[in-house]
Amino acid sequence: MTRPLLLRGGRVIDPRRDFDQTADVLVVDGKIAEVGPGLTGPDGADVRDVRGLVVAPGLVDVHVHLREPGNEDEETIATGARAAVAGGFTAVCAMPNTDPVTDNQAAVGFIVRQSVRAGLARVYPIGAVSVGQQGEQLAEFGEMVGAGAVAVSDDGKPVVSGHLMRTALEYARTFEIPVADHCEEPTLAAGGAMHEGLVSTRLGLKGIPAAAEEIMVARDLLLADLTGGHVHLCHMSTRGSVELIRSAKARGVRASAEVTPHHLVLTHAACEGYDTHAKMNPPLREPADVAALREGLKDGTIDCIASDHAPHAYDEKDAAFDDAPFGIVGLETAFAVAHTELVLGKVLTLPELVRRMSTVPAVLFRLPGGTLAAGAVADVCVLDITNPWVVRSAEFQSKSRNTPFADRELVGRAVLTVVAGRVVHEREGRPTR
Amino acid sequence: MTATLEKDLVGLEFLSAEQIRLILDTAEPFKEVSERQIKKVPALRGKTIVNLFFEASTRTRISFEFAEKRLSADTVNVAASGSSVSKGETLVDTAKNLEAMRIDMVVMRHGASGAAQFLGNRIRSNVINAGDGKHEHPTQGLLDMLTIRDKVGRIEGVKVCLVGDIMHSRVARSNLWGLTKLGAEVAVCGPRSLLPRGIEQLGVRAFGRVEEAIEWADVLNVLRLQLERMEKGFIPSLREYYRVFGVTTERLERAPKPLTIMHPGPMNRGVEIDSRVADGPHSVILDQVTNGVAVRMAVLYLLAGGRPELADAAKGGGSE
Repeated sequence: MTRPLLLRGGRVIDPRRDFDQTADVLVVDGKIAEVGPGLTGPDGADVRDVRGLVVAPGLVDVHVHLREPGNEDEETIATGARAAVAGGFTAVCAMPNTDPVTDNQAAVGFIVRQSVRAGLARVYPIGAVSVGQQGEQLAEFGEMVGAGAVAVSDDGKPVVSGHLMRTALEYARTFEIPVADHCEEPTLAAGGAMHEGLVSTRLGLKGIPAAAEEIMVARDLLLADLTGGHVHLCHMSTRGSVELIRSAKARGVRASAEVTPHHLVLTHAACEGYDTHAKMNPPLREPADVAALREGLKDGTIDCIASDHAPHAYDEKDAAFDDAPFGIVGLETAFAVAHTELVLGKVLTLPELVRRMSTVPAVLFRLPGGTLAAGAVADVCVLDITNPWVVRSAEFQSKSRNTPFADRELVGRAVLTVVAGRVVHEREGRPTR
Repeated sequence: MTATLEKDLVGLEFLSAEQIRLILDTAEPFKEVSERQIKKVPALRGKTIVNLFFEASTRTRISFEFAEKRLSADTVNVAASGSSVSKGETLVDTAKNLEAMRIDMVVMRHGASGAAQFLGNRIRSNVINAGDGKHEHPTQGLLDMLTIRDKVGRIEGVKVCLVGDIMHSRVARSNLWGLTKLGAEVAVCGPRSLLPRGIEQLGVRAFGRVEEAIEWADVLNVLRLQLERMEKGFIPSLREYYRVFGVTTERLERAPKPLTIMHPGPMNRGVEIDSRVADGPHSVILDQVTNGVAVRMAVLYLLAGGRPELADAAKGGGSE
């Protein structure tokens, strides 16, 4: 068993219990033992002075790509888990678009084993909806859940067939797992490289219209209504999607939705100059979309923030815009970007942000963590929310460097990350100011 | 004259009105070189230029090659087929290899929008965009403007309508930027399925009917309609396209005044343009081709550091 850990004097935020005050947090045997003022640890406890810092439940990211198996040059489960804890994440859900596809119990078990071996963040596999993500035959949800999968998704691609999506939502109910969909009507999006709008017109790039996402969002919401299944809508990017989800939730449809930090912060203007670090799918949209996504996150229409961490080799992104792959890394900047823009930008309070990045995603995917209640797993992050830092992509723990936030000054950073009571990340030379 | 050009010519969007006028004015003296018995001046003697064509091109490549040869540059042509490009070499590696060979200038056509800027940002040599994807084709825009100036006597206030597949056209974008900067009124006309989103926000009007465009315009620049647009479902058929959007004598006869007719080529006779229009008295299609060589000579000369006031002397001999 690891040493007991006492975090003394931090601002403790636990959105699950609406708790936000200065307190000590005592961790014993991998569990939260007690939260309160003036705690004294047992003999031999590791006592940390965290005055001036925030103590929160470890962040939870329900949407990452860790590239193993298949593209270990870009990321592995170990390097992805290291990037996660460096960003304050104690749990991440790995999408199944690996090579080979994570579409069976053996493949799911491999990811679990690799994550245990890494011993950093908890890595929960998401199984494929369809065999080989081919969109035809349903994968074996039951066996995958038995091996550790927490959801199913064909992410990277949409579930094109309405029948398959319907069946997946119905079949998933037995196992009480969400079906996470990448919403994209493929014939409208085909060949598109960025958002369809004024910037794509000027740059001469084929656009992906907002309707390509919204058509599938509407379909998925209707199918969730029809089946009673839990649909989780990945990386929402348009104001129309926010409206569709808002009205579906008002009708009681079992839907949840996520948004990435970059869709909350950047617009299609970032593609100017053919910057391939602004190429992602769904694409960066317009200022009105960003405003609607922020509003949706604030009022709970959008349930949570997820990074869609998508590592790519540097030379793949060093290409003409059309030729570069979609996606950016996000685990090591997600909290900082969200905190700087949303909390310091007065969109959300800090407890609201922690709720959207930890408590809610843990509940949606039925994961341990997301709270500092006594008896809960001791997955904790300690955040510095006062000292600015500059994003240096060369210093990322991730194997990849593809970020649009390079050289940005941000405020908000994990200085200590604890998984199951064990310190798995500690930032050296933390300023004492 | 104080305007100078940057290292590369990527697009007309990034040029000022002064820079565009500089190129057009510099092209004037070069027109005469092509009319001589011995069509060669020493202005670019000792300069090495690579014509790097990742997409097939006849007219543009030959036009550049003549411009280069008439300025006495040493040129190498690289076509995508049979080169390292077809063996999977990346654009970055192509750029690095060119750099290593100490090339002075690269003229590039590439299928990806932004490819010229990509190359220009990575090598010290001058890069001239000979067409990048659906983005820009700046020398085509310039030669079109020179032709309008020759024919109408000015550009400011002239009403120019681009007709056809605006969405996929780099020629349309270069024309749009260049003409609006020099004060022309610009419109686009075509099926709505081939007009890009937000085009009106770039300061142009959009016509859905070719009759309206003909009534409005002084100049029609008719774009090539590619067969692929029908295959990809943007229009039902070339036959119907001709019926609805074709620039025909019948339609032009109803115009209040004769229109100047342009086409960047290659033409699909009987699709976007009627042969009688293309070959008619108001067509300046072959003048465009002639002007293409002069404009490209001017661009090459200016990017190589040639001084515009010496362009006249440069073609004489001695001075370089």
